[in-house]
Amino acid sequence: MSILQVRDLTVTFPGDIQAVRGVSYEVSRGEVLGIVGESGSGKSVTSLAIMGLLPRDAVVSGSVKLHDRELIGVDEDELVKVRGKSISMIFQDPLSAFTPVYTIGDQIAEAVRIHQKMAKDKAAKRAVELLDLVGIPHPDVRAKSFPHEFSGGMRQRAMIAMAIANDPDLLICDEPTTALDVTIQAQVLEVLKTAQRETGAGIVMITHDLGVIAGMADRVLVMYAGRPVEQGPVDELYYRPRMPYTMGLLASIPRIDGEEGPLVPIEGNPPSPAALPPGCPFAPRCPMRIDSCDEEEPPLTPIGGGRHVACIRSREIEHKGLTGADVFPVPVIPPSDVVRVPREQRPTVLELDGLVRHYPLMKGAVFKRRVGTVHAVDGISFDIAEGETLALVGESGCGKTTTLQQIMRLEPPQGGRVVVLGKDSAHLDRAARKSLRGDLQIVFQDPMAALDPRMPVGDIIAEPLRAHGHKDVAARVAELLSLVGLAPEHAERYPQRFSGGQRQRIGIARALALDPKLLVLDEPVSALDVSIQAGVINLLEKLKNTLGLSYLFVAHDLAVVRHLADRVAVMYLGKIAEIGAVANVYDRPAHPYTQALLSAIPLPDPEMERTRKRILLEGDLPSPADPPSGCRFRTRCPKFARLSEAERRRCVDEEPSVVRLASAADHGAACHYAEEIEVITASGDQEEK
Amino acid sequence: MRSKVVIGRLFRNRQARYGSIALILLVALAYIGPFLGSYDWTDKDFLAFLSPPSADHWWGTTTIGQDMYAVTLRGMQKSIIIGLLVALISTGLAAVVGAFAGYFGGWVDKFLMWGVDLLLVLPSFLIIAIISPRLRGATWLWFVVLLAAFAWMITSRVVRSMTLSLREREYVLAAVYMGIPRWKIIFRHIVPNLSSLLIIDATLNVSAAVIGEAALSFFGFGIQPPDVSLGTLIAEGSRNATGYPWLFAFPAGLLVLLVLSINLIGDGLRDALDPGSNS
Repeated sequence: MSILQVRDLTVTFPGDIQAVRGVSYEVSRGEVLGIVGESGSGKSVTSLAIMGLLPRDAVVSGSVKLHDRELIGVDEDELVKVRGKSISMIFQDPLSAFTPVYTIGDQIAEAVRIHQKMAKDKAAKRAVELLDLVGIPHPDVRAKSFPHEFSGGMRQRAMIAMAIANDPDLLICDEPTTALDVTIQAQVLEVLKTAQRETGAGIVMITHDLGVIAGMADRVLVMYAGRPVEQGPVDELYYRPRMPYTMGLLASIPRIDGEEGPLVPIEGNPPSPAALPPGCPFAPRCPMRIDSCDEEEPPLTPIGGGRHVACIRSREIEHKGLTGADVFPVPVIPPSDVVRVPREQRPTVLELDGLVRHYPLMKGAVFKRRVGTVHAVDGISFDIAEGETLALVGESGCGKTTTLQQIMRLEPPQGGRVVVLGKDSAHLDRAARKSLRGDLQIVFQDPMAALDPRMPVGDIIAEPLRAHGHKDVAARVAELLSLVGLAPEHAERYPQRFSGGQRQRIGIARALALDPKLLVLDEPVSALDVSIQAGVINLLEKLKNTLGLSYLFVAHDLAVVRHLADRVAVMYLGKIAEIGAVANVYDRPAHPYTQALLSAIPLPDPEMERTRKRILLEGDLPSPADPPSGCRFRTRCPKFARLSEAERRRCVDEEPSVVRLASAADHGAACHYAEEIEVITASGDQEEK
Repeated sequence: MRSKVVIGRLFRNRQARYGSIALILLVALAYIGPFLGSYDWTDKDFLAFLSPPSADHWWGTTTIGQDMYAVTLRGMQKSIIIGLLVALISTGLAAVVGAFAGYFGGWVDKFLMWGVDLLLVLPSFLIIAIISPRLRGATWLWFVVLLAAFAWMITSRVVRSMTLSLREREYVLAAVYMGIPRWKIIFRHIVPNLSSLLIIDATLNVSAAVIGEAALSFFGFGIQPPDVSLGTLIAEGSRNATGYPWLFAFPAGLLVLLVLSINLIGDGLRDALDPGSNS
């Protein structure tokens, strides 16, 4: 029996912007419907329309029935009774979803009391129960905490507790884990599953992460340009996609268990909702486009087995058994000449030796006194050879960004050494530092914030050239623009005329302007949509091979790292936990943290997701102002929990340093009891938390 | 490239075009207009006191028989220069002091903001009153400096706080990592991103300066009789605005036109600088 029935839902914003153009789906009790799509595909607007939370000037038509009761066109007073009672919503950003001036417990109790007649003390008790249910430690104490005292993962759990407070029939989760780290994401997804078991609610899970959907959803709806283009059971859709967009999407994601070789990008950008192409909206980007695609938009037609596809060539795809890799042109990336030389014989472009960066923790307004030290980076060492990509991975707060800043500043570090291209940053004068900056450039994470909005693109790219006194700037700018796949005529436009992927390309062009030897990439693709991401990753790979660059790549997405990097260093709380060649670290991780990290990554493969055993970590990252003694990971370490008392002593007293493992040439881990296991392709014998 | 793009956008902007044409016409009127009239601003027509506009005296005459047309244009010459200069100096000073204090922080910030606070608590009117007698013989441009010196502090505080958030942006970091000197970063990346605020501030300052000058002149500082400015004319004319409207209407109307044209140019410039607008 279906709880929610959506029929031909359309949403139009002023200016004839059709954000949603005919969405129909059903959700049954206990079922998880995943909605995937890129930004601007209308997936969030759909759910806001169901909740009746859209601004007044949005025109909504169609039908939304909750238990056969129509919700569209119902007045606000009626909707208020439904929201939070029958339908609850979990938002992406848990910080802005709570009022900062009330305690978490009060806010959950409020949600209870709005819809149920309950005394205040009883509601407070219920709030504590709910917090306990979602796995908040010491719920009675934590209920009295304010939202800012919670970490991101705990806030999201509290959000879930609030959403299930009234036993809703339907939970709408709008990118519930996008803002969280992978190990926290794994915890929260687990909590969501518990919450669903407890309430038996149907879940609408909106996300762009195909891995999360694979593990959670029963059925999947793929949206493109405001319309569903494919719908079906999760296995069918993942293993036998019938619409070129879905095929491209699945082929374009880098996978941690994936093979080498270039990714399959989907060319172009999603159409603007104000200017849709005639016919199929995906046609301009589709490699299988034929002339009749432009004639009219194909309707979503059932093809049996509960599946619906909106593509006129779906029969043909089914018949020939085509996959994304067959259909989409795979770019050819020229191999690099540098890597033929063994690593030991190549020059080192960057060397970090025991780099330390501590921040003082100050208190007091007039007379400041030092009350502690934040150990942001606490003695890390690694080196990068020419033509190599080293990835620095870790969760937020582990010191990745601080490390980057220390390298980029080219100033004497607090402790240790930073050697760039053989020059120690402690012994640089002004002129040497400036000339070295030409060899060391950075690409930032957020393509929106990294480009001055008030500067035409030509000036942005020309800026480093002019600063270093280059002649013939205009010609070089044109050359750089075409190098990153943009037209030289674009130089006179402002950054905001470009899409996210194009902006990131502009950022890369600027970083390449001075012909650097080493490029520092600070999460270069994490803000981009999946289909765009593949193109940028391929571009980075191509540039590295053709220009002989070396990369220091900082990321939290381990799948991208596997694809792009040669070596990887895993950071935890300002220290390196494990370092080595990508194949070694991914296939045989030795440090318990790396193992947990790798096992927490959702795979875009429903079968594997279901059978996989996860190593779930407990709790959050300890504060870097007060790191645990001995091994910093021991407070969350699943291995530490299994050790005997005598063995534990060593973890508490002695800080492990990175030790090379006997089995491989390039693999080291900072664990007293390191032991290599395989976690990506799940084997049953692992300890389950 | 930026200047080329901005100028191109500015010329395509209709508001800016009309504003510039209006301003050019007003300046032309102020400086060429007096040659077309038959009276000089120092002349007094003892046969026509307070006569309404006529073929002889186009805009009428004053209580002492001065030709309003000549006197108003003479006043406008002063006011245009005072208004534009005060606005440019005070907004420029606000931008530079605020951006430097915000960007450099530390002692530079403390020192500059201490200066700003000091100027804020000093009663500006009193200071001008004390200083202006000593400038009696000197050129009236000193008066512009005095007016500007007391008009920039609040804006510079706003600029400082906006700079504090701008300096953390990644494009500023990118510029630092390119090896660009800090003062260049301020003028290239910080100030242009504050341009909407600064332009609005400057256009408001133009009218504030013209009116402020009138207030000071009224109390006997600034432009002294027999010399005139739009401000002094408006102040005088407003007393008899109902009985002898031409004394008030012509200087006030010109002031409105002046401020309006500058506002139009300001709006156009803001749109030309703002990549978000569709001009």
